[in-house]
Amino acid sequence: MAVTYDTGRTDLRAFLSRRDDGGARLELLVPDARCAGCLSKIEREMQALPGVASARLNLTQKRLTVEFAAGAADASVVVAALGRLGYPATPYDPGRARDAHDREGRELILALAVAGFGVMNTMMFSVPIWAGLFGQELGPATRTLMMWFSGIVGAPCALYAGLPFFRSAWRSLKARRANMDVPISIGVLLTLVISFSETVLGGRDAYFDAAVSLLFLLLIGRWLEHRLRARASSAAADLLALQAPTATVMGPDDALVAKPVAEVRPGDRLLLRPGERVPVDSRVLSGASELDNSLLTGETAPAAVTLGGDCRAGALNLSGTLQLVAVARSEDSAVAAIARLVEAGAQAKSRYVQLADKAAALYVPVVHAAALLTFAGGWALGLGPREALIRAVAVLIVTCPCALGLAVPAVQITASARLFRRGVLVKSGAALERLAEVDHVVFDKTGVLTEGRPRLVGPTPSTLALAAPLARASRHPLARALAEAAGAGPLASEVTEHAGQGVEGTIGGRRARLGRAAFVGVAGAGSETELWFAYDGDTKIRFRFADTLRSDAPETLKALTARGLSVEILSGDVPGAVGRVAETLGVADWRAGCTPQDKAARMDELAASGRRVLMVGDGLNDAAALAKAHAAMAPGSALEASQNAADLVFSGERLEPVVAAFDVARSARGRALENFGFAALYNALAAPAAMLGLVNPFVAAIAMSGSSLIVTLNALRTGLRR
Amino acid sequence: MNIVMFLAPFSLGLGLMAVAAFWWSLKAGQYEDPAGDAARILTEDPEDRPIA
Repeated sequence: MAVTYDTGRTDLRAFLSRRDDGGARLELLVPDARCAGCLSKIEREMQALPGVASARLNLTQKRLTVEFAAGAADASVVVAALGRLGYPATPYDPGRARDAHDREGRELILALAVAGFGVMNTMMFSVPIWAGLFGQELGPATRTLMMWFSGIVGAPCALYAGLPFFRSAWRSLKARRANMDVPISIGVLLTLVISFSETVLGGRDAYFDAAVSLLFLLLIGRWLEHRLRARASSAAADLLALQAPTATVMGPDDALVAKPVAEVRPGDRLLLRPGERVPVDSRVLSGASELDNSLLTGETAPAAVTLGGDCRAGALNLSGTLQLVAVARSEDSAVAAIARLVEAGAQAKSRYVQLADKAAALYVPVVHAAALLTFAGGWALGLGPREALIRAVAVLIVTCPCALGLAVPAVQITASARLFRRGVLVKSGAALERLAEVDHVVFDKTGVLTEGRPRLVGPTPSTLALAAPLARASRHPLARALAEAAGAGPLASEVTEHAGQGVEGTIGGRRARLGRAAFVGVAGAGSETELWFAYDGDTKIRFRFADTLRSDAPETLKALTARGLSVEILSGDVPGAVGRVAETLGVADWRAGCTPQDKAARMDELAASGRRVLMVGDGLNDAAALAKAHAAMAPGSALEASQNAADLVFSGERLEPVVAAFDVARSARGRALENFGFAALYNALAAPAAMLGLVNPFVAAIAMSGSSLIVTLNALRTGLRR
Repeated sequence: MNIVMFLAPFSLGLGLMAVAAFWWSLKAGQYEDPAGDAARILTEDPEDRPIA
């Protein structure tokens, strides 16, 4: 939910980062900038503004960086100018985490570049040596010279490109564990040492090229993994920036200042316009309105608040402008208890062991035992220590985990790219693996199965046309839904909006009212999900609203059942509303009136009975359950906390991405297992061959790159529809 | 045979130049905004460019 700034009035000083020379910089997220025209228009207009030294738009990341000259920084002018051009913008705090992340990416890509250089240039010297293996003329002196050349080029490249692996292996050894990087590091270093000693002793087999190309292929896998993480985290950061965790704080002279929510202190006066979310727990100072608590509790009916009423952080202000006084800081707000539950769930999830690590746990001891056996066995059978060592190194090289190292990242990056195109953001590779194992799906009702906003039920065109002119003039969500159903048309004049009551105006010379039952003059309590309309002293007309199902909810649930998954609904709403939805969708298993703790407890209960649960939820009341579930999805309209707790975020009006994500996750697991199977088969053939001394540097180079290529090509099949 | 002693370092030099060029382009931020750079070529006024 983007906050629209009433620019010219709100001070955005908190988002300026000052430079030493007195100037300042502002970073803005401009999601609607898409084309070359947008780019030149925005940059030209921004540079024409007074005080702006330079403006540069990054079209890939949709970020605008505006540099202000010394002393003249006025951020709100920039936002206002962007608004006039038709580009809503959100101030953005780039933060430090991204920079650190980027550094890792640069290190990897530089290591990849060096390894690429090393592969190509050692190969130049290796080809003559290989030719010598096949009976071409090559004297021993020339061969030794070529080996020296490839060693001088290959060894430094291998040492530099291997740094990420050496570091990771050292960390893991210090923690008394062995990850995949330990055999890689040992293999590379041992290969380099043996190759040098063979060169000095005038031997035939030097594996410099193999050591570098092994690292090159592995670095590709590492870099793909890194890309996946980096893209997911930057997309997630954009989503959160668009939710704009800012609050409008009123200063002593009623000046408005936009502040990050974390900086709001108890006692601060806040201004909350219709359409904004309550930033921290607070009390109403003046004004009256209705709050939509659906993301907090799952209840669809809005709650009226007036002077002294409590507002909980995350509630959406519907009709009137409110002045609030903050009673808690952001981290002490009612959400804090839920945040602790989320944290506990996230810790449990981090203990999940990924497929690749399981494979590594099997692979490492087997390969090392095989190499050791080759050395000991070869020596015992009379090969001599030098020949036995060369064979042991050959075993380490041909069984290199290139295929294993690429097996999973290549699949995961293909899967997440396919899902990304269909509007699903995958936050980690482990999430896909967990999603593939799911056998039970739990849905929240409000905002997930339903659209989370009211829609007119059974309208008659004639009555609709009567009330529409007034509805079009109102900002209340029910009136908006009515106006939407009526389409474009005339507008009422002399409109006054009574906050929390309704709207009054003149249609065709007659006064008319649209609003709550009491406002129009109907006796009785009236319901929160209806709207009454009447001309002065005339018949009263009732409009009923309901939160309608997402258009493809029935098909989605059917598709999930067809895939052998059981479905359940957990909602915080009243039993009647939940029961109706469950009945329409044909879901027998549903619970209503659940608190956040109830939902989390139900996750534990299901997990204890051996079920692997996919939770799909959007509200703050779902966050703990999302964190505890085996896998979790949230719609893009969900609150920040829920998106953080979920593994996948899907956007759009449809529920179909849930099925798509499940299908792709299953397909990804299939491809990954195929790749492991292939790698195991390859090793089962290559290791004995190396033990018998049938492998020379040429065979090793072909086998290694060939197996990596097959694994990568297989990964590209992920998520293709048959 | 002597020609190898010349050609091998020469080709290595070429390779190193390629790595250095890549490193420079990475440092210069040429991969920061591919979409924006593709768009700029269409819209930027040639006269705005400083001509050396």
